[in-house]
Amino acid sequence: MTYLSETGGRPRPGAGFALWSWFFMRISGLILIFLVLFHLFWMHLYIGLDNITFETIVNRWTGPLGAFWRMYDLIMLVFAFTHGMNGVRWVIEDYVRQPGWRLALISTLVVVYVVVLLAGIYIIFAFPVVELE
Amino acid sequence: MSVLEAVWRGVTYRGGIGHWAWLLHRVSGIGVAVFLTLHILDIFSTAFGPEVFNRLLFIYHSIFFRPFLVMLVFGVTYHALNGLRLILVDFWPGLMTRYHKGMWYVILVISLIATVINAIAMF
Repeated sequence: MTYLSETGGRPRPGAGFALWSWFFMRISGLILIFLVLFHLFWMHLYIGLDNITFETIVNRWTGPLGAFWRMYDLIMLVFAFTHGMNGVRWVIEDYVRQPGWRLALISTLVVVYVVVLLAGIYIIFAFPVVELE
Repeated sequence: MSVLEAVWRGVTYRGGIGHWAWLLHRVSGIGVAVFLTLHILDIFSTAFGPEVFNRLLFIYHSIFFRPFLVMLVFGVTYHALNGLRLILVDFWPGLMTRYHKGMWYVILVISLIATVINAIAMF
């Protein structure tokens, strides 16, 4: 168990991968604050949840600003999913003490991370996979 | 420490604001990570064409799923703002340790306002 600071933050590790991971969470977090909050409020308040269909993605990724939105979504995907899965890794390491269980859970997490990330990157570049009318 | 023990300690421990800030950061982070995984997969499903994708959208359009989306808005907003607070405290400790408690209350209020605005737009 990592001991918390008074503010509820994770103390900065000394060196190595743990330190890099700690820095990554802060730098990616800073970028994601802008990318994710804009994305969330744009889709919910400007476009509106009930108006979202396949057509919305066609307009976003193949419209005049298609290249921009694909880049935006790619950066958001890579940072957000890496940030999220690294956070889940911290949670597993905090609570799962037995080496066997820990290895099993972290290995599963790595597989999920790679497969889902590749699926996301694939669709950003390959869309539309089916022919549009 | 087992998970149950951790939950019990999480609820009963009187560690002050830092403790609640941490607990809410952790729970919201896990929630958002689960949603994000589903969200990447639902966007991937556009590979199977508009019929498949539009049929899957019933999840987001259904009234039963809306409370989860309201919670998602709170989770994302709180996690983002509290994360910013942690970064500020990490890199400007002298200045920020004086204000970190007040900042936490401000963050809670902003997150709740953002959640209410989104909830009104959703229903």
